[in-house]
Amino acid sequence: MFIIRKLLPLLAVFFLISFDNIDSLADDQQPCYGDAFVTASIADARTLIPILASDSASGDIVGLVFNGLVKYDRDIELVGDLAESWEILDDGLTIVFHLRKDVSWHDGVPFTAEDVEFTYQKLIDPEVPTPYGGDFKKIELLEVIDDYTVRVRYHEPFAPGLASWGMSIMPKHLLKSADLMTTSFARHPIGTGPYKFKRWHSGEIIELDSNHQYFEHRPWIDRYIYRIIPDQATMFLEVQTEGIDSMGLSPLQYTRQTETKFFRKRFQKFRYPSFGYTYMAYNLLDEKFKDRRVRQAISYAIDKQEIIEGVLLGLGRVCTGPFVPESWAYNEDVRPASYDPEKARRLLRKAGWQDINADGWLEKDGKRFEFTIITNQANDQRRRTGEIIQRRLKEVGIKVNVRILEWAVFLNEFVNKKRFEAIILGWSLSRDPDCFDIWHSSKTKEGEFNFVSYSNPVVDRLLDEGRRTFDRDKRARIYHRIHELLYEDQPYLFLFVPDALPVVNSRFKGIEPAPIGIGYNFIDWWVPKTEQRYTR
Amino acid sequence: MITYIVKRLLSLVPVFIGITIVSFAVIHLAPGQPTDLMTQLNPKVSLEAKEKLIKLYNLDKPVYVQYIDWLRRLIRFDFGKSFIDGRPVIKKILGRLPITILINVCSMALIFLVALPIGVISAVKRGSLFDRSMTLFVFIGFAAPGFWLALILMSILGVQLGWFPVVGIKSLDFEHLSLIGKILDMGHHLIIPISVSAFGGLAGISRYMRQSMLNVIHEDYIRTARAKGLSEREVIYKHALRNALLPIITILGLSIPGLIGGSVIFETIFSIPGMGQLLYQSVMARDYPTVMAGLVIGAVLTLLANLIADIAYFYVDPRIRIGQRH
Repeated sequence: MFIIRKLLPLLAVFFLISFDNIDSLADDQQPCYGDAFVTASIADARTLIPILASDSASGDIVGLVFNGLVKYDRDIELVGDLAESWEILDDGLTIVFHLRKDVSWHDGVPFTAEDVEFTYQKLIDPEVPTPYGGDFKKIELLEVIDDYTVRVRYHEPFAPGLASWGMSIMPKHLLKSADLMTTSFARHPIGTGPYKFKRWHSGEIIELDSNHQYFEHRPWIDRYIYRIIPDQATMFLEVQTEGIDSMGLSPLQYTRQTETKFFRKRFQKFRYPSFGYTYMAYNLLDEKFKDRRVRQAISYAIDKQEIIEGVLLGLGRVCTGPFVPESWAYNEDVRPASYDPEKARRLLRKAGWQDINADGWLEKDGKRFEFTIITNQANDQRRRTGEIIQRRLKEVGIKVNVRILEWAVFLNEFVNKKRFEAIILGWSLSRDPDCFDIWHSSKTKEGEFNFVSYSNPVVDRLLDEGRRTFDRDKRARIYHRIHELLYEDQPYLFLFVPDALPVVNSRFKGIEPAPIGIGYNFIDWWVPKTEQRYTR
Repeated sequence: MITYIVKRLLSLVPVFIGITIVSFAVIHLAPGQPTDLMTQLNPKVSLEAKEKLIKLYNLDKPVYVQYIDWLRRLIRFDFGKSFIDGRPVIKKILGRLPITILINVCSMALIFLVALPIGVISAVKRGSLFDRSMTLFVFIGFAAPGFWLALILMSILGVQLGWFPVVGIKSLDFEHLSLIGKILDMGHHLIIPISVSAFGGLAGISRYMRQSMLNVIHEDYIRTARAKGLSEREVIYKHALRNALLPIITILGLSIPGLIGGSVIFETIFSIPGMGQLLYQSVMARDYPTVMAGLVIGAVLTLLANLIADIAYFYVDPRIRIGQRH
């Protein structure tokens, strides 16, 4: 009796739901077509020609309109996209791609191996100023075996080569006689992807329609609308009017401005590590930083967690090396150095830095330990990071100045010409862990990316090996070792991996956060009929 | 008069060329190159790719050669192609001009509509409560930072009350609206931007008007008019106002070049795809052809506006006209 009395209200509720809302319940579980996803970007796209698009806005659109041969799945593993499968032969010298036979371009023309060959030719064409040619120059020969098979032979085994085939494939039948620099295709692209280009008003809006014939399946959401809103604060206001369905929040917005009833009801918040890290790089040609003990000392003198709390309001992780925690290349065994100013002072003393004249600053050979950190304008996080470092290093007797410069000046006059002592910058990483260009000692020319002039023969050899090894486990071991060595050498003071903090309107269902983020299964997102906002 | 105009026009040519030389030199002196955005800090980009780009844009030639090339094209009214996306610069600018001009004209009309009466009444009732409160009002507009005011209004009127759209100039379903619907939709979007932009401009014009009116009121001919027995209304609005408006013509003329220039901060906050944003982004990207085109159009308009203001003076102010005849 007691049990029944307790159950009765529950039963009543159950019946109420089942009788009143049978339709909506069914709606809630069964994906259905319709509605639009409205998102926003700070900057407009530049060009929608995949091999010329180098900014993030262009990349966003290109990613929905085109496909590569391969792509990364939810767990950051390479899977087939336009390629159904592939074989790696001759110890990695040759890759054979078997293409899907059920794909057509948005204009109805079938997709074939010819398109792959055409895209490759444009990538290596000296007349085409593509920033992506590098990986494809390592190809010795690309052969079309039949309409749906492509064989790629490399000069030498090149593991990142496979991932480079994530490059969007362009339609040969539309572009073979076009000049890529002037063609109208740049503003009216035709691809194979889940969304078809509809319209683009410069500085205002880009609109895509779903591709009903998409080879995976027709996306549930009918329209994708990309609005250009150049100001973060305005974008946030527009989220609050539900004029846009999604944006990436700043740490401040995430912690302080979205803990409202409205937000909890109308938005889903996500948080996962982004694919990049922020660091302070030393100029290793500078006398002060040549001694590894000095660099290690600085690492002990700075509390990275404090920086994360102060700059990111806690929304980030301590970075220990050139890989992010989500990557299989990341070495769990590399522990971040603890905050230990005593140890820092000891190491500095060993390296010959002592406060001889008792003025609070360390000296060596009569010279005070003083250096300048430079970073770029309009990045508050980097500026504040610099200020925290400045204060902490003062405590161990190192005088730090922080200087902020305009981006172009910063890069051209200081970074590229190596006219700096230390800089604060960030790298966003590709999914493949190859970081040859950043750490190899051959990459130190003006304008190249080893601007700290790091040189370690062991790391050089490992970087080479990592490029030549296809086996995942062997490759992982190589990068784990690189991770370790770099942490010991401290060519950078590795600081933090910030979290990505997107919000999405809660009417969107089917979002499944995964190591790669949330956008990977966008074609599976859907909105219940009763909640759809945009119906034409 | 005709010879005067021709002479003035001819004298503008060397000034114009001087402006272009200085601008060209200055933007090329700024560190950085148009290729940077595509190639900087992207480990996937090789040095060769960068050199390829530099060659493609002729950036490897000496600056004076680049300038002469540019001038040669300009004579044929060819502003070249943008380094950013390869589109003709003129197309990019024409895409942005209408909305900028629309907003600026509306805002200027609003400024004159409100500021002139304020100025006139303040002068006539000098020292009254109206005069003092209006002084306060226009100076608040002058002093309040536009971006702050914009965000406050957007937050209150847009987000909390929901009366106005917050962002952009059109609704998402704009294409499907009727013509009247389109006009209303755009008007609805532009009310906050135009009001904010006009509020900041009230102080200047109303103060000019007030001062100019005060000067005129103490002239002898106003006393004469009063002595003639004309009504106060007639004295103020027929005799005084006409003369007091003269300096305003100069200001009006000088604000013509401003009509095509948009404010970066303002356009950024309201997400208006106008000239300000275009030129700012072009400068940041070192997109030389677009920057130069913007500067040239601005320079030409400034020079012409000065000329037009002078000519207008000639017609409006009988003292100048008669002075020249003698």
